[in-house]
Amino acid sequence: MGIWMIRRTTASRRMAVLAPMGALALAIVLNFLLYIVMGNDPAAVFYALLLEPFVSWSSFSEVLLKMTPLLLIAQGLAIGFRAKVINIGAEGQFILGAIFASSIPVWFPQATGGWIWPLMLLLGGVGGALWAVLPAFWRVRLNASEILVTLMMSLIAAQLLAYLLVGPWKDPMGFNFPQTVMFQWDAMVPTLIPGTRVNVALILALLWSALAYVYMQKSFQGYQLVVGGLAPHATAYAGFSEGRAVWLSLLIGGFAAGLAGAAEVAGPMGQLQRGISSGYGYAAIIVAYLGGLHPVGILFSSLFMAALYIGGDNAMVSAGLPVAAVRVFQGSLLCCYLAAIVLVRYRLVRDGQEAPA
Amino acid sequence: MSALSFIIAGMLAAAMPFLLAALGELVAERSGVLNLGIEGMMALGAVVAFIVVRQSGGHAMGFVAAGLASAALSLVFAWLALAVRANQVAAGLAIGILGQGLSALFGKRYESLTVPGLPKLSVPGLSDLPLVGGLFSQDAVVWLGLLATLAIWATLRFSKLGLVIRAVGENPHAARALGYNVIGIRYGAVAFGGLMAGFAGAYAATVYTPLWAEGMIAGRGWIALALVVFATWMTGRVVFGAVLFGAVSLSQLAAQAGGVALNSQLLASLPYIVTILVLGAISANKRLLKINGVASLGEPFGR
Repeated sequence: MGIWMIRRTTASRRMAVLAPMGALALAIVLNFLLYIVMGNDPAAVFYALLLEPFVSWSSFSEVLLKMTPLLLIAQGLAIGFRAKVINIGAEGQFILGAIFASSIPVWFPQATGGWIWPLMLLLGGVGGALWAVLPAFWRVRLNASEILVTLMMSLIAAQLLAYLLVGPWKDPMGFNFPQTVMFQWDAMVPTLIPGTRVNVALILALLWSALAYVYMQKSFQGYQLVVGGLAPHATAYAGFSEGRAVWLSLLIGGFAAGLAGAAEVAGPMGQLQRGISSGYGYAAIIVAYLGGLHPVGILFSSLFMAALYIGGDNAMVSAGLPVAAVRVFQGSLLCCYLAAIVLVRYRLVRDGQEAPA
Repeated sequence: MSALSFIIAGMLAAAMPFLLAALGELVAERSGVLNLGIEGMMALGAVVAFIVVRQSGGHAMGFVAAGLASAALSLVFAWLALAVRANQVAAGLAIGILGQGLSALFGKRYESLTVPGLPKLSVPGLSDLPLVGGLFSQDAVVWLGLLATLAIWATLRFSKLGLVIRAVGENPHAARALGYNVIGIRYGAVAFGGLMAGFAGAYAATVYTPLWAEGMIAGRGWIALALVVFATWMTGRVVFGAVLFGAVSLSQLAAQAGGVALNSQLLASLPYIVTILVLGAISANKRLLKINGVASLGEPFGR
């Protein structure tokens, strides 16, 4: 007696929507069991973690702020993931974006003008893409797995950031803290909604999502990328080179992550510092998968993941839930999702029950 | 004590977290499964061992509990990667994040607390040698770890079990045709990897620096992952790499104490830089990759 997995002839659309929701429900149940075991009041945690981020405008605006980098990065990563180019180095590309963007306010702290923040965002994107050049080259020319190379590049980026902050870029008046000077006004992305910290980068992230939608769902090149991921031999036969898919995927993903890093230093941070990322590059991988690697799905998953961060802060203050609970939730949610998503492409059949074709 | 003899005496202990975790990952990867969750498995093992030792369960109990906890976490990964056939990269990252989160969660009440370490056991005579004497005065885990290394090397190289694990990683379809249970063997290899990562975390938290601080694994799991590639999946080279990086991390301390300015960020990046170079060098050469690489690494296996 056993249960077998039978591959469906076509992916189930119903399951594609139901599976993430089922995974979310399962993750909520598992995590709340953990909170009860830890002695937290589950009702208070539920309200603070999952509802409060949405009920007040002030906390919802913080959700939108957190959503911005996640959305930018995840949309870029998903393009690569669908082409089977597994860039798990968004964290490093994000850091490089932040570093490149910071070069202007660090080197020219007196500069003024409305051109500064757009140039910083652009530089950030370029920095992120540059950090993805080596993995792309390694994969295309040397046949080396981009999974490990992008990961290693992230770890190197973290050291590079640490070096700049204790060395050449350290604020001389900063009481020896590992951070740069505070950026001048013109180096900050303008606020979008008065009275909140939500800035223009949110618009960019939404535009970027629309662009990703058109590119992946409507354009021929996007189609080639997806088919290349599903059937590499077929696309190679049709004349679309795998190398081009790798370059495109990594550069797009790197650019988006770099842009997100730039928007973060020039937005809520206002200076380059150690804690610039709080793991956005890794969280965005979860966001991308949770959104089914689809631009619309990612819109929802990034909103949810951002709310989880804000809710985690709320729950710490009001219900005494340790901040680490958010990471436990993220990890277990991805586990549940990966388990649930199998139902989209497979049917479960009991032993002896013959599968109708 | 001179800086050199300080490094020689301490490098095996410094290498132990890298070595144990990397050997476990080596076995898992040899069977064809890439588990990126080492950092999280080590973090979980570290906190479990710390709590057990702190509640005066003793180090032996702490290590056993840590190994079991991390092996359990690795089985979640194995189930996702092998039974559900989920994407191995995503599944590895998921349990990595989960393990680090659980570690921080469980360790919250133990922040900055300490536990007693382990005494050094010396080889009579040899430990009195000048310069290198310290090498022969190590705690029990180091001695056991070296024995385990030898056992893993011999198993992979000479035993039937080792041959089967390697066959499953090289060509799972052929191994299956010969009647081997590919999925079962991979489960075992992944669980062994979890067990070793748990030991590695336990060593870091209760012997090497017996003090609890959140995030105390501090990237050593990633270095272990890098080491396996750096070593081109060879046990002997894993030992060499682990001791090398152990010595490098100590030379950083020695340089600081001696007032010598070493770029510590550059040193900390070395394992990653070297791994990228090695990965490029072996992958570029088809023959080298065939000899060294694991053919089915990261690929799902199903009917």
